[in-house]
Amino acid sequence: MNNVFVYCEFDGTAVADVSLELLTKGRTLANKLNCKLEAVVIGSGLDGVGRELFPYGVDVLHTFDDVRLFPYTSIPHAAIIVKLFKEEKPQVCLMGATVIGRDLGPRVSSALHSGLTADCTQLEIGSHEDKKSGKTYDNLLYQIRPAFGGNIVATIVNPDHRPQMATVREGVMKKQIVDQNYRGETVKHNAADYVTDADFVINVIERHVEKAKHNLKGSPIVIAGGYGMGSKENFDMLYELARELHGEVGASRAAVDAGFCEHDRQIGQTGVTVHPKLYIACGISGQIQHIAGMQDAGIIISINNDPNAPINSIADYVINGNVEDVVPKLIKFYKKNSK
Amino acid sequence: MGYKIIVLAKQVPDTRNVGKDAMNADGTVNRAALPAIFNPEDLNALELALSIKDKFEGTVVKILTMGPPRASEIIREGLFRGADGGYLLTDRAFAGADTLATSYALATAIRKIGGYDLIVSGRQAIDGDTAQVGPQVAEKLGLPQITYSEEVLSLDGDHIVVRRHIDGGIEVVEGRLPLLLTVNNSAAPCRPRNAKLVQKYKYAKSKSETDEAGGRYAGFTAGRDYLTITEWGVADVDGDTAQCGLSGSPTKVKKVENIIFQAKESRSMTGSDEDIESLIVELINNHTIG
Repeated sequence: MNNVFVYCEFDGTAVADVSLELLTKGRTLANKLNCKLEAVVIGSGLDGVGRELFPYGVDVLHTFDDVRLFPYTSIPHAAIIVKLFKEEKPQVCLMGATVIGRDLGPRVSSALHSGLTADCTQLEIGSHEDKKSGKTYDNLLYQIRPAFGGNIVATIVNPDHRPQMATVREGVMKKQIVDQNYRGETVKHNAADYVTDADFVINVIERHVEKAKHNLKGSPIVIAGGYGMGSKENFDMLYELARELHGEVGASRAAVDAGFCEHDRQIGQTGVTVHPKLYIACGISGQIQHIAGMQDAGIIISINNDPNAPINSIADYVINGNVEDVVPKLIKFYKKNSK
Repeated sequence: MGYKIIVLAKQVPDTRNVGKDAMNADGTVNRAALPAIFNPEDLNALELALSIKDKFEGTVVKILTMGPPRASEIIREGLFRGADGGYLLTDRAFAGADTLATSYALATAIRKIGGYDLIVSGRQAIDGDTAQVGPQVAEKLGLPQITYSEEVLSLDGDHIVVRRHIDGGIEVVEGRLPLLLTVNNSAAPCRPRNAKLVQKYKYAKSKSETDEAGGRYAGFTAGRDYLTITEWGVADVDGDTAQCGLSGSPTKVKKVENIIFQAKESRSMTGSDEDIESLIVELINNHTIG
C-alpha cells in the first residue's frame, strides 16, 4: 500500500531505457517517502525480466504474462493497471512519456480520477499549503514541467487524489543501478483475472519498428541546426561537420517545422534530451523549449549572426558570423589540424 | 450510408509567439492576451473526418469545442473548410479546467449530442502538449481509442483499419466503431478554406455573438438554421459543476516560474579564418574533439 509504482515497457526482448530511468528516479522518491518501489510489467515472455529490473532497487515486481498482452493495446493494459491500482493504492505512479505511456496514462487517470502531469522534467517531494482551505499536505510529489510552449516552468501538485501520476520523456532522468545483487519479490498475476475477452477490441495487424538510425541521445558531440540555417541545403552541411567530428546532427523545433530535418532529430522539451560533452548550435536562437533539451552539455558553441540570440548567454564560445561561412571553415580547419 | 463524426477542436494561444504578461497570477493562461489559432493537430483531425465525408455520402462532420465565447471562431473556420456544424461549450464554470475536468465536460457534451460513430481529435494541443484529453474522453465514454493516427486505410460498415505512428515505426490496427481517434501531425494536412463555404457560413454565429451584435444578423440568419452555432453551458449538457473547471481538476498549479538561465562567461569571436582556426586548435589540444 502507498508505494511508488513504475509502469515498465517491455518490447519482447528488453525493458525500455525510459522505464529504467524512471525506476532510478522512483527509487530516490521511495527512499524519501520511506516506502517501497514496485514495478509493473505487462506483456508476454516475461520470465527473465526480474533479473534486469531488480538491480535498480525494485522491491516488488508485478508481472502479467499473456500472449494477448503484446504488442500493447490500450484497453487491456489500462484494465490491468486500473484494477491493480485499486488493490494496491499506490501514492505515486510514473510512466514513460512514450507513445505507449501517453496512450495509457490518461486512460488510467480518467478511470481513477487521479491527476496526471505530462512530460515532467523534474520530480521532487515537498509540502503544499492550500490557501483556500488552509490545509497543509506533506510529502506530495512536485511534478515540474515546462508549460506554454516552454516559456514557463510550472510545479503541479495533486493534493487529494491518488495515485499522483506523471510521465517523463526518455533521456530526461538518468538510469543508475543501485546494487547488482538487489533482489525483490516477484508477484506473478493471472492476467485473466484482470482482463476479459471483451477488452481485446483493437487488433494489431501489422507492425514495423526500426532501430533508431542515429545515436543522437548518446553522442558525445552534437551539431544542431536551427531555423537560421536558412535552407535544407545549408542544413545538410551539418552532416559533413558531424562526420568529421564523429558526432550526430540534431535540430531545433523551428528547423524541423521548416522541413530542414526529420522529426526524430529534434532536441528540446518535446524532442530528445541530450547530454553531450560538446554542443555546437548553428543558427539556433535558443527558445527555452530547445534549451531544456541541451543545457547540460559540457561545452556549448553558438554560431549566430545575431549577437543577442538567447542561446549565446549559456554558450562558452560565441562565434558572431553567418553559419554558411563558419561551418565550412570549421570543417576545413579541423581537417587541416587533426592528425 | 454516411457516418456521424464529431471533431474535438481547441482554440489555442499561438505559443510560438508568446509575449509578456501572458500568465495570470494563479498560474493559468491569460488567453485573451495572445493571438488565438485553430490547434494545428486538430486541423489534421478535421481533414481526416472530411476525407471520410468525401467518400461516404451522407456523412456529417460536426465540431465540438470548449472555451471562451470567442472560440466560436474556430468553428467558423471549420465550416469554411467543410464541416457541417458546430457546438461551442462555454461557461464560467468550465474555466481553469485541467485535462480531466476538460474531458469530463467534453464527454458530457458528446453524450448530449449522441448518435456518433466516430470521435476525432488532434493528438495534442500546442499550449499544453499533454495528449491527455483524447484518451480521457474515450475512457469516459467507454470507447476504444486509436492514438497517433496517420490515415484511415479502410472503413467498411463499422470496421475500421488505421495506420498509426509508434515509437520508431508504424502500426496498422483494426477496430469496430464507435471509437475515438487522435490524429498525429504526420497525417494529411487540412484542406484550405473553400470560397463558396466562406460565403455560405460567413454569418454563422453563436448565441453570444448574435446577442452582442443586437439585431444586426437577424436578416441573414432568419430561416437559415445552418447558420446557428449551438452554444451550451454546464446546465445545457446536464453537467455537474463540481466536476468542471478548477473544482473538478485533481491537479493544481502550485507555482509558476519564468525561466532564467544561469548566464555563463562566454568568449566571443568573429567568423574570420584566424579566429576559427585558433578555436579548432584549442578544442583539439584540450581533447574536446579529435
